[in-house]
Amino acid sequence: MAEMKTKRKIRPRVAMPAQDALARSGNFHEVALGYSPEQALVEAQRCLQCKNPTCQSGCPVEIDIKGFIAALCDDDLAGAYDILRRTNALPAVCGRVCPQEHQCEGACVLGRKHEPVAIGRLERYVADAFLRQAAESPDACRAVTDLDACQPKRVEHRVACIGAGPASLTVAGDLAGRGISVDVFEALHEPGGVLVYGIPEFRLPKDVVAREVDGLKALGVTFHCNWVGGKTVTIDDLFARGYDAVFVGVGAGLPRFLGIPGENLVGVFSANEYLTRVNLGRAYDHLNHDTPAFRARRTVVIGAGNVAMDAARTALRMGSSEVSVVYRRSEAEMPARREEIEHAVEEGVRLRCLCGPLAFHGDNKGGLNGLTVQKMALGEPDASGRCSPVCLEGQTEHLPCDMAVIAVGTRPNPILIEATPDLGLNKWGYVQADKDTGETSIPNVFAGGDIVTGSATVISAMGAGRRAAREIARRLL
Amino acid sequence: MGYTIVEKQELIPGQTTMMVIDAPQIASKARPGNFVMIRTSERGERIPLTIADRDSARGTITIVFLVVGKTTADLATLNQGDQILDVCGPLGRPTHIEPSGTVVCVGGGTGIAAMHHIAKGHAEAGNRVIAVVGARSKDLLLFCSELSTLCPELRIATDDGSAGHKGFVTEVLKDILDSGEKIAEVVAVGPVPMMEAVSRVTLPYGVKTTVSLNSIMVDGVGMCGACRCTVGGKTLFACVDGPEFDGHAVDYAELRARLWQFRDQEQGAMERFSRECRCDG
Ligand SMILES: Cc1cc2nc3c(=O)[nH]c(=O)nc-3n(C[C@H](O)[C@H](O)[C@H](O)COP(=O)(O)OP(=O)(O)OC[C@H]3O[C@@H](n4cnc5c(N)ncnc54)[C@H](O)[C@@H]3O)c2cc1C
Ligand SMILES: Cc1cc2nc3c(=O)[nH]c(=O)nc-3n(C[C@H](O)[C@H](O)[C@H](O)COP(=O)(O)OP(=O)(O)OC[C@H]3O[C@@H](n4cnc5c(N)ncnc54)[C@H](O)[C@@H]3O)c2cc1C
Ligand code: SF4
Ligand code: FES
Repeated sequence: MAEMKTKRKIRPRVAMPAQDALARSGNFHEVALGYSPEQALVEAQRCLQCKNPTCQSGCPVEIDIKGFIAALCDDDLAGAYDILRRTNALPAVCGRVCPQEHQCEGACVLGRKHEPVAIGRLERYVADAFLRQAAESPDACRAVTDLDACQPKRVEHRVACIGAGPASLTVAGDLAGRGISVDVFEALHEPGGVLVYGIPEFRLPKDVVAREVDGLKALGVTFHCNWVGGKTVTIDDLFARGYDAVFVGVGAGLPRFLGIPGENLVGVFSANEYLTRVNLGRAYDHLNHDTPAFRARRTVVIGAGNVAMDAARTALRMGSSEVSVVYRRSEAEMPARREEIEHAVEEGVRLRCLCGPLAFHGDNKGGLNGLTVQKMALGEPDASGRCSPVCLEGQTEHLPCDMAVIAVGTRPNPILIEATPDLGLNKWGYVQADKDTGETSIPNVFAGGDIVTGSATVISAMGAGRRAAREIARRLL
Repeated sequence: MGYTIVEKQELIPGQTTMMVIDAPQIASKARPGNFVMIRTSERGERIPLTIADRDSARGTITIVFLVVGKTTADLATLNQGDQILDVCGPLGRPTHIEPSGTVVCVGGGTGIAAMHHIAKGHAEAGNRVIAVVGARSKDLLLFCSELSTLCPELRIATDDGSAGHKGFVTEVLKDILDSGEKIAEVVAVGPVPMMEAVSRVTLPYGVKTTVSLNSIMVDGVGMCGACRCTVGGKTLFACVDGPEFDGHAVDYAELRARLWQFRDQEQGAMERFSRECRCDG
């Protein structure tokens, strides 16, 4: 711990400017406003420039964190951005949504005695500031890949990506920069995957995603929306059309339900449906868009991951006056990012921990009017290391509500899998892929992201995309 | 880039429209029972419509739709040569078709169009298809000439008796079942009460009955769960497990309730649409 001996006085972490909690719970504008140049510099200067930067190994794509922070301290924005881009294709997205407290910031040396460097906020700052500058003189290749200049297009090499989430976007950017021609086939009408249909505007503005997609288009990537892999086009068709390799990045798909009585009552939604209506369908601007979203006075959300927090905060913004998050364990076990839980609570979301849903109740027209929950207590740690919830027999509570959103995870979507019987699956039904190359049981078919791991994170999907792209490029070039 | 409408025909003025759409890739894959998701504008909603026919040589699919709300009204304003912004498909499991003997295909209202594609599939597989079509009155019947060339028997029922049997398709169906001919399967496509009634009629005869559920959909590719329905006590997704299911196992009361979910909001969209149209006109 040589670096800690330098007796430097450690300043507190620069707080992230945010919209006022009361005001923001009524709008869909971004909550965290981003650092100013001055704030970014002060925060960057907190970094100790460790000889052994533990933060880097905490990052799933091993960004040279100390390097980009040093460049920022030197006022070299473009240099900082280049370092980020070398390992991360979507820094403006990752800076906003990565669970930094478990990754880079969790491993930052400063975190042992003080608050860790706000690496995520600095990443966001660099990406936003650079892209704002670059917008005037767009240098597509530099903005999207780790290369200095794009390689000339070699039409003889063609790769197809199925799905347009972060995994595929990473593959597309990496390969297009190397001159390979890439087509992305997406089932929905807009590319971005969860980044557009799941994560709400107030956490990840859609124009941040659109900017990344535009960068890829400038590199020559072609997007084919409304194309469903396995329906409109099969993997065999793609090879027959002359593609050399196919990357499958279709995400985790099918929502899970609880299997408790009353679950199909009107007013009970999967988080995917609720968020898709609001985000992709822009139901938050219902006066200008046709897709309707259910409006409710009292909402309960079941689950405690990022998805649940997003649904709860969305319901608040859509006009619910009471929003509760129902979770079986205690607040300490909630899997959502800490910052999102804090934001939710500040905005007025009520956490009802140690409650397990038992049954939904309806009125005589099939509409939801309440949920009974089973009170729980924390027991012994289970296989996951978390304390397992145990029922407090006989103790139940009735929560009146007119909307419920179920956010308890997903199962693999069956469409592409059923249409591709040769594709090997693991015991949970996800696609089996080599952990170093991403190759599946079908030669030259690669897979990565949530369809391989189950619901995970943006950065892990991107990491998988990167590994697959590296292998595809190695074979083709 | 959109999908060009190569033909448009108002089948029932102000109500039901047929469009032939240039969509070669979808046409090459479409099978009876499949549907597409359509969006007419950047601000529009995705809605499901059945593929009523396809011509893979010409690269077209046919849709037939009833104007019920904003999106279908908007779609009806488009003309030959115009483009539909998004057409996504073919989706859903195709109808299970195998040589099985005599199949009765029952269609009600706009559902006759979807039924027609299914009847065509059964006829091509060598089955003897008896078509039963129903509507409120003669002017609201569809695809009768197509069905009469496909099927050795076409039976009609109208509520007002203006054509065929005066009454419901279920009465005609009961006659067929009572005639003693061995029926391998009954397929019903149409309004929920009709499909429910058909299933009730066939139950005592023990005839396999397939219905096509028109649940509300958002993505149409199994991601949202909006289309879930209870079939045989299990929750299934109409867009990926269906849309066709065993008619005797469907929870119709739940389906009916779920179809009403967004009525208020949809009415708002429709009112805005009518206002805007008047302003333009
Ligand atoms: C509400 C929500 C909040 C989240 N918050 C965070 C967060 O804060 N931080 C974080 O790191 N992670 C978060 N995640 C998780 C993260 O978004 C995912 O792990 C990540 O997006 C997975 O990327 P992917 O590329 O594998 O798939 P996806 O993003 O799911 O993209 C898959 C794409 O493929 C398309 N597709 C599916 N089937 C087909 C087909 N047959 N043919 C063509 N296209 C198809 C889909 O429409 C979709 O666009 C969140 C997820 C959700 C749902
Ligand atoms: C698999 C499938 C295939 C379909 N095929 C056809 C077809 O070939 N031709 C056709 O005319 N219609 C078909 N439908 C129904 C069609 O999708 C709806 O009529 C359409 O979504 C209405 O959209 P809208 O915006 O015009 O009306 P909206 O404003 O959305 O709705 C108006 C009214 O219709 C009700 N409604 C909403 N969605 C549906 C729905 N999915 N089914 C029934 N009622 C609904 C609403 O509750 C509301 O009262 C099909 C539905 C499904 C699920
Ligand atoms: S971010 Fe933290 S761990 Fe990384 S170099 Fe700076 S002080 Fe060290
Ligand atoms: S429409 Fe979304 S799952 Fe079926």
